[in-house]
Amino acid sequence: MSFWDSLLGRSKPKQANLDALFAVPHAALTLQAGAGFAPTGVGAVCYRENEGGAFSTMQTDIRALLDADGGPAVERSQDGFGFTWLLTRHDAQDVSGLVTDLHAVNSTLENHGFGSSLLCSYVGFTGPDDTPLGLVYLYKRGTFYPFAPAGDQRRDNSLELQVRGLVGDDVPLEKELDRWLAIWGAPGL
Amino acid sequence: MGVVGFLLVVLYLGVGAALVVYSNSILIGAIVVGGLAWAQWYFSDKMALASMRARVVTPEQAPELHAMIDRLVALADMPKPRVAIADTELPNAFATGRSPNHSVVCVTTGILRRLDADELEGVLSHELAHVAHRDVAVMTVASALGLLAGFITRWGLYFGGGRDRNSNGVPVWLVVWLVSILVYAISFVLTRTLSRYRELSADRSGAYLTGKPSALASALTKISGDMARIPTRDLRAAGSMNAFFITPAIKSEQFMSIFATHPPLDRRLENLAKVSADLGRPM
Repeated sequence: MSFWDSLLGRSKPKQANLDALFAVPHAALTLQAGAGFAPTGVGAVCYRENEGGAFSTMQTDIRALLDADGGPAVERSQDGFGFTWLLTRHDAQDVSGLVTDLHAVNSTLENHGFGSSLLCSYVGFTGPDDTPLGLVYLYKRGTFYPFAPAGDQRRDNSLELQVRGLVGDDVPLEKELDRWLAIWGAPGL
Repeated sequence: MGVVGFLLVVLYLGVGAALVVYSNSILIGAIVVGGLAWAQWYFSDKMALASMRARVVTPEQAPELHAMIDRLVALADMPKPRVAIADTELPNAFATGRSPNHSVVCVTTGILRRLDADELEGVLSHELAHVAHRDVAVMTVASALGLLAGFITRWGLYFGGGRDRNSNGVPVWLVVWLVSILVYAISFVLTRTLSRYRELSADRSGAYLTGKPSALASALTKISGDMARIPTRDLRAAGSMNAFFITPAIKSEQFMSIFATHPPLDRRLENLAKVSADLGRPM
C-alpha cells in the first residue's frame, strides 16, 4: 500500500506473500537435529472467510482439490474470532508434501482474488516431552515465528526464543516480537 | 456541533486578529494559529482520551478485544495501536493519534455491550482504516489551512485597505470581518465534505479488510438506531469528539447534510453494499 494511496483514503488490503513457505522443510531438519523437535505432519491455513457466493464456491473447490489425492480429508473449523482454519494431515516425515498442500490452499485463494484474506498458517512440531510447537508463517509480512502454547492462554516464551535462534538461518524470522500473534484455538496444535 | 464549531472559529479568528493588532505583525498571529493546530495534531491521542475519560487497557485487562485487534493488524500488516475503553453508555468508537505508530483505538463500554463479535470487528476495521489513512493528520491540516486562509484574508484586507481608506464607504473593519468569515465558511464546508469522503473511504477499506461489509453495515444501523434513542444531555457532552466517532453522536437531521462530519446512514449502507457486490462477483 503506497503512502499516497493511504493518504487519499484508497488503501487496498495487502496481498499475501506465498513463496517463503517452501523454506519450512529446511527449518524442520534443523529443529529435529538441534532441539529434538519432530514434525507432527499437521499443518493448517488460517484465513478470513468473506461474505458472498464467490468465496463459498472457492472453499468447496479447495477442499475437493486437497481431498483428491486420496490422503486424509482436510478438516475445516471456525475459531472464536471468526477466522476459518483448514487443517491438513500428512505422513509425519513428509514435510514437503504438507507444505505443498498448504501452498495449494494459498494459491487457490490468491487466484480467486482473495489473497488478502490469508492471515497465517502453521506447521506443527512436537518436542521431546510432547511439547507442542507451531512454526507460524505470517502471509502479509512473509516471515515466520515460533508459537509454543503452554496451556490456558500462556505461551512458553523461552522455548520460542530458543527456536528463533535455531531456525534463523533457514527461514526469514519476524523481527518485531509484538507481531508474534498468539494463535489460541488453532486446531491440531 | 456545527454551530458550536463555527462560533469557536469566529472566536479563534478574533484572538488571531487581536494578536495582529496588538503585535502589529502577521508572524506572531500565524505562529499562534499554526502552533495551536500543531498541538491539536501532536497531542490528539492524549486530548481525545482525556475528553472521553478513556483508559488504555492491557491485553490482560481486555484479552478478547486485544486478540481481535491483533488479528486485524496482522491481516492489514500495520503496527498495532494502543487500545482504550471509555466507560460510557454511548455506543461509539474512535481512532486518533498523530501517526500509525502513535495511534489509539478507543471503544466505549456501550458499543461492547451492543454489538456481536462480527459487528465489533467491522467497527474496529473501520477505525484501523482511519489510522492507516492518517485521517487525524489529514483533517488537522485541512482545518488548519481553513483557519489560516481566514486569518490571512483578514490581515491582508486590514493592512491593504488601510492605506487608501474611503471615509464615505462601509467601515473597513466590517468588510474585513465579513470577508474573513466568508473565507472561513467556505473552507468549513469543504473540510466537512472531506471528512465525509474519508468516512466512506474508511468504511470501504475496513470492509475489504474483514471481507464482511454486511457486518459493518449492521453495526452502523444498530449504533445509529441507538444514537437516536439516547438522552441528548449525554450526547451533547460528547459533542466535541464528533469528528472522530464512527457515527456522529448528535442527530444529523438537525443540521443540513452539507455541514455534517459523517455521511448519512443510507449513503454509507449503499457504499458497503457495493463492496459486498464486488466480493460476491466470481473472478
